[in-house]
Parts: sequence; C-alpha cells; structure tokens
Amino acid sequence: MIDAISNVPLHRIAHGRTGDKGDIANISVIAYRPEFFPLLVEQVTEQRVREVLCHRAPQTITRYLLPNLGALNFVLQGALDGGVNDSLNLDTHGKTLAFLLLGMEVRLPSNLARTL
Amino acid sequence: MPRATSQTLAIGCAAGFGGDRTDSALPIVQSMIARGGPAVLIFEMLAERTLALAQLERLRNPQSGFAPLMEPMVRPILRQCLEHGIPIVSNFGAANPRAAGRRIYQMAESLGVANPRVAVVEGDDLSDSRGRELLRGYLMPADAARELVSANVYLGASAIAAALRGGAQVVVTGRVADPSLTVGPAMAHFGWLESDWGTLGRATIAGHLLECGAQVTGGYFADPGYKDVPDLHMVGFPIAEIRPEGSCVITKADSTGGIVDCRTVKEQLLYELHDPAAYLTPDVVADISEAQVKQIGPNRVAVSGVRGHPRPQTLKATVCFVGGWLGEGEISYAGPGAEARARLAARIIRQRVADRLSVRFDLIGLLSVFGDDGGRALDQLPPGDARDVRLRVAAAHVDRERVENLMREVTALYTCGPAGGGGIRTAITARLNSVSCLVPRELAPATFTILEP
Repeated sequence: MIDAISNVPLHRIAHGRTGDKGDIANISVIAYRPEFFPLLVEQVTEQRVREVLCHRAPQTITRYLLPNLGALNFVLQGALDGGVNDSLNLDTHGKTLAFLLLGMEVRLPSNLARTL
Repeated sequence: MPRATSQTLAIGCAAGFGGDRTDSALPIVQSMIARGGPAVLIFEMLAERTLALAQLERLRNPQSGFAPLMEPMVRPILRQCLEHGIPIVSNFGAANPRAAGRRIYQMAESLGVANPRVAVVEGDDLSDSRGRELLRGYLMPADAARELVSANVYLGASAIAAALRGGAQVVVTGRVADPSLTVGPAMAHFGWLESDWGTLGRATIAGHLLECGAQVTGGYFADPGYKDVPDLHMVGFPIAEIRPEGSCVITKADSTGGIVDCRTVKEQLLYELHDPAAYLTPDVVADISEAQVKQIGPNRVAVSGVRGHPRPQTLKATVCFVGGWLGEGEISYAGPGAEARARLAARIIRQRVADRLSVRFDLIGLLSVFGDDGGRALDQLPPGDARDVRLRVAAAHVDRERVENLMREVTALYTCGPAGGGGIRTAITARLNSVSCLVPRELAPATFTILEP
C-alpha cells in the first residue's frame, strides 16, 4: 500500500544558516534525521530554491550535497542586492534568508510525518 | 571534565567579531588552565568592512586604528595568560597592529608583568603608495582610479607561527585569514611544514569552526521548540582540541551555557562556505566534502574526514572605497487601517522623490528583510489589514544632499502624511564600497617584529 503524503514546512525536518561573502549568499539545509536527507535531495532542488528566492533574482544557484552530514549547501550568486556594502536591505548580509528557505513546503510520507 | 592529553593543543576562541561579548575569555582561560596541557587563546575581530573603518580612525589619530574593544577583551585575562604560558593571537590590530601591540605591552606592564614579548605581524596593508602601485595591476581600471580607504591582503598562518616560534607571548595581526589564527599556533606547536596539506586542511577547518566564537557552541542557533539551547544568556565560547595530525574535537568553556552537538557543528561547518571541496585560504585548500562529525561526549564533537589540497598561488586582497551616503527613515502606523496608511505614506514618498532617487520601501511587520531592493516582492504582496506597521524608506547616493532631501520628506510625513504616523527616525551614514582581487603571494610577504621595551 502506498502511504499517504503530508505537506510540511521544511523547517520541521531541517535546519540551516546563511553565510555571506560579498554578493554571494550560501544557505545550508541540514536534515534533523538521516531518513530526511533523501527527501531533501529529491525536493529541495535548485529549481525549487529559485522559485522561493525568485524576487532576489540570483544569477546562479548551485547545490552541493554533503551526504556524510545529511546536508545541502546552496550557493547563490548575486542574491544580496550587492551585499553588505551596497544593499539597501536592513539585513544587508542576508542572514535571515535561511528562514525564508525553511518556510518552503516539502512532501512527506505520512508514516514519517507522524514521527515529527 | 575530560583532561586533554599532552598530544593535543587546546585553542580557545573568545571573540567571533569586533563587537562580541567582552566577558567570554575568562571562562575559556580558566577551563584551559584547569584541563592542563598546552593552550592558546585567539580573538577573531575583523569583518570585511571593519578594517576600512579602522583605517579611517587611524587617519584621525595615528595611535588608534585597532579594534575598539581590544582592551576590554584582553585586560581581564592578560596577566593569567602570560603567567600560565597561554599565547594570545588575534587580528585585533586591524589597521594599526603596531599601536595595538604597544597598548598591550603597556597593559601587561600596568598589570605587573615586565617585558612581555608582544609580536606584530605586518605586510597585509597595501594602502600606502607602494601597495597602491602594486594593486593597480590587479584591480579593474575603473576601481584602480577610485578614492581608496583601505587595501589589505589576507595573510596566512606562517608569520604567526614564526612569531610564536620566536618566543612571542602575544601575536597582534591586521588582516589575516580567520582560520590562520588557529593554524598559526598549531603549526608552531606541532612543527608542521607549510606543505603538510592534509594537516593544514584539517587545522583550517578547526579554525573555521572557532572563528565565529559562540556560533559553534549554541549561539546563532536557538529556534525554540526545534533547537533549544540551555542557558543561552551565558553561552560558553569554544575550545578546539587539536591533534598532531590537525583533526579536532570541539568543546566549550566549563560552567557556561550553550551546547556543542552535531547540529551546532554542522551549521558552523557550512557557514560562509561555497564549494565544500574547495575552501580557499592562504594556507591550504581545505576540503570537507567527506567530513564527518560525531558526538563523543557531553559538549564534545569530533570532526574527521577533512582533507587538504595545495594552497592557491594568489592571495585575496580586499579594497574599500568611499561609497557615498545611505539614508534610512522610518515611521510607524498602528490600529485600524494601519497597513493602508503605511502604504499611502510610501506612495507619497515615491511621488515626491521618484525622479531623483531609487528608493527601497519596507513594511516592517509585513515584509522587510526578505524583500528585494527592486521592490518586486512588495509589489506582489496583496493589501491586507496589518495593525502595527513600520514603514522604512532607504536610498543611497554619492550626493549627500539628495539623501538629506529624502530624509526631510520622511520627517514631513508627520504633518503632511497619512493620519496617526509616529516614531519617526532618520539616519544618514557614510558608505564604503569594496572589491576583491587576487595578487601573487610573493608580492605581499608577511613579516613579524617583537616589540622592543
């Protein structure tokens, strides 16, 4: 029998942090449990991240996989409106962006969703 | 508490940026003394822009230009460190390592320690005429012609190690790569070569984990209900136990709050990292693509699987320029219709200045930091009924008068804007722009000097 699917915020199954260097942001997405990592690989794709961050208009988005850590690392070129010296944003570093990404929805098999 | 073996070098980090807490060092120093074994204390205090601000300060007063918090950071632990043979290594020299070193020398003498051996590392500053000439060949022509505030190359660990091998008890640097503050003392202690790539790669990652202070021990981590951190109000700062082959165990100061677990270490491992296989520093190219973390005790996490590849042939230089003016103005609206009134205020400002300035608007409480300077996200936000909204108006321009005019328009919202606006604040600050370039490493050699009495 195929298990039903639940939509949950990424925030329920992963944590992360933003870093910045110039106009480049990186956002880590780290699975809370090893069994969540394949779901991150499958669903938190460069394309999905581009949709979530489309208004920031990054020139490129590159995803790196770190299976030993159960983590993804996204590198976003040109996502910070020029970065710490040039942006008009209150958060010139883009430090808050990890939580924008953690707000996206992921689909979880209900048997896993029940364990949250 | 587990006792460090003589096989490890303990390196504690008491600051992760120039504005960090000044009471973090004492618990680290006390813990390292209690645990026994060789130990080093580092402070990382220089963000990308901090050095340019320090350079401006030095122009105003030739005896200043180092980290403003250096003295309150160092004074509480200086005597103990000198007496217990714990070297202090820090980039708090900023734009003036020599003046900072001299100040520490005086501080030590005032605390009753005669003739402290204080070393200064130099060679990073390229803002003099020789440095500018050098940079001309590596900057874009348009940048090379601009008014420069500061120019610094990121030095590596070697000069720090040499200073320590030369007997320094305190090593004061300007711009060095943050992990080099850790790699330098470890190189000196274990006698590593500059070409021990694997070892340097592992130690660089230890330094990377330390360099933001409490960010690896539960600071910048708490998310109530998901990631809870005990006693965050007294978070302990990190201590790395470095092994002879460069790998490390991350711990923290005793009798403090915070937490060291696999989650805190993973978040910091990936912080400000791009390609995990190529973390570039002046010392080595570190590679964490196969790294592993393992909890081996309470607040003890071992990091393994890090590799290292030969260092780049170039050094990164960051050059800061005068960058015009940033104006920021805010006004609050609350109660019925607050959002509509805040949006109307934004439209008024746009109509008054749109032809002269590119202005960013935020509706704080609805959409602010997630938005973009172009206003795409705000344009797509459907009108709602938020009841406590703070309008923020921001613009930057080289012409200060235009920015001042915008701020006056915000202030005029009191009497000319929508009903019930309050709490106006405006501020104009000087901006700095920066660019980075790569220079051949042989053109920017690092040196150290032990200060004479």
